[in-house]
Amino acid sequence: MRALPADPSRRRCVAALAIGAAGLGGGAARAQFRVEISGVGATQLPLAVAAFAEEEKAPVRVSRVIRANLERSGLFRIIDGGAGLDERSPLEAAAWRGRGADALLAGSLLRLADGRWDLRCRLWDVLKNTELFGRSLVVPAADLRLAAHRLSDEIHERLTGERAAYATRIAYVVRTGSRYTLRVTDADGEGGQVALASNEPIISPSWSPDGRFLAYVSFETQKAVVWLQELQSGERRPLANFRGSNSAPAFSPDGRTLALALSREGLTQLFTMPLAGGSPTRLTQSGSIDTEPVYSPDGRLIYFVSDRGGSPQIYRMPAAGGPGERVTFSGGYNVSPSLSADGRHMAYVTRQGNAFRLALQELQGGPVRLLTDTSDDERPGFAPNSRLIVYATRADRADVLMTTTLDGRVKSRLVASGSDVREPAWGPFGR
Amino acid sequence: MTTIRTRALLLSVAVLLGACASKVPLDTPATPAAPAAAAATPAATPPAAPAGQGAAGASGAPAPQSQVAGVDLTRDAAGGAGATVLPRERVVYFDFDSFVIRDEFRGMIDAHARVLTAQRSRRMVIEGHTDDRGSREYNLALGQKRAEAVLRSLTLLGVQDSQLEAVSFGKERPAVQGSGEEAWARNRRAELKDR
Repeated sequence: MRALPADPSRRRCVAALAIGAAGLGGGAARAQFRVEISGVGATQLPLAVAAFAEEEKAPVRVSRVIRANLERSGLFRIIDGGAGLDERSPLEAAAWRGRGADALLAGSLLRLADGRWDLRCRLWDVLKNTELFGRSLVVPAADLRLAAHRLSDEIHERLTGERAAYATRIAYVVRTGSRYTLRVTDADGEGGQVALASNEPIISPSWSPDGRFLAYVSFETQKAVVWLQELQSGERRPLANFRGSNSAPAFSPDGRTLALALSREGLTQLFTMPLAGGSPTRLTQSGSIDTEPVYSPDGRLIYFVSDRGGSPQIYRMPAAGGPGERVTFSGGYNVSPSLSADGRHMAYVTRQGNAFRLALQELQGGPVRLLTDTSDDERPGFAPNSRLIVYATRADRADVLMTTTLDGRVKSRLVASGSDVREPAWGPFGR
Repeated sequence: MTTIRTRALLLSVAVLLGACASKVPLDTPATPAAPAAAAATPAATPPAAPAGQGAAGASGAPAPQSQVAGVDLTRDAAGGAGATVLPRERVVYFDFDSFVIRDEFRGMIDAHARVLTAQRSRRMVIEGHTDDRGSREYNLALGQKRAEAVLRSLTLLGVQDSQLEAVSFGKERPAVQGSGEEAWARNRRAELKDR
């Protein structure tokens, strides 16, 4: 009855998941995503995951969501636990050890009379033959997916000691023909909702630190204007609509200030604006292009792109403005910086010949590492736990989103068939 | 090289249209195009920011200016209605990584400037674009720089700043899909549109 252990040295997991219209308020997006995970991480914890009892009756197959999450982190080698187990099943530790598992997850789902779901699970330490934790929660159908993500966070943290980010969201733009939508989905690409639909391009979405707002650039008025939109209500207003182009919005970590690129005084330069209202303050006076500002996690510095040296490179300066210090030195074109929340890394895009490639640099010094072998990488962004990077790239003649571990070994791909996906932005912890 | 070929082409066009050409005195200044010349210094040392006037024509292209003006006049006459009809040419193309307005477009810009200075209520938007390589935000800024180069050319020919706005679409609105130099060259452009 139990599945034979499968132990290929190279795992490839394909889960096709359709986003249904059920449950998620405000209009769920109808799109199909394929999460393909390729590559093997360096050290992986072997975890057996059994299908939750009765989960095929639920709108979300919780064990599959958990399984895909943990695989995407690169830290786990998932062993198929088959069916027929639930959280009450006694642990057959020897048998699981024989299959190479260090831990086992089993659970069940039960639909209650009022339509909510009783979700239970248990995580076992197979080696020590003990229970690591048990959970029992009652969840409305619409929150089942989020519950699966939160369980994934707990399992990940319990087994690795590291904080996970499965219950976070990402925003990105989808272009289908001449139609653009700004979407917000779970970090696994599922549960998508459309925040904005437009016949004109949308670029540069940026999350507020509290996760309640998105700032983005919309061309709906035939020029680049920065808008602010509250996700819950859909209320939006233009934040910067000065002469010329208004773009590259970035929130300060305290959520009170927006850094952005304005060409209102001729040539694209960096400004800040208080979100509570007020006019912009100019930060740079470089006589060149300054753009793509991003705050350091402690809010004290702004990293940005400037071609003041003749070609675009990444610099940093005090958040209130000041002399810029160059940060990238290899290659003649370095753009799109993103900083990890732990302050250790910067990801960016570097041009090599005709290829634009995702690069990773330790801020304390160390070699620059190229993380991909694709050639049209754009807009890297760290997950809030600093352990994964999302980016846009081109594969099979379509624009797709990818995530990668920091060592470049384990990648996952989010594809929307028939559409181009671009401009990802990884949301903060907490919803 | 390109300039010579272009001039030859334009001259042959001029000849073809020559039947209707009237003898209109050249009125373009002897050393024109400080704006484009300022941008002509290679991108390594961009001009100092404020007031955006740009270093006065440092490397100033030597003077086949009169011939460009000639072409311009011919087109104007062929249009028939002189300074009230906007020229049909609306697109300025740029070399890779460049904001220099090539000689072959000076005539077009002159013609637009003439109409705009004659009709102060007329307004235009200049939309800058790039090819599809590289960061969207940096390309937005490059496109903006192209649009502003055209805007500067116009204001230096007497058009009022308030009649114009320079905006950019970066790489978001390619004229031609695909990659390769042929497509890229046709996407690196600034378009002049009525408002």
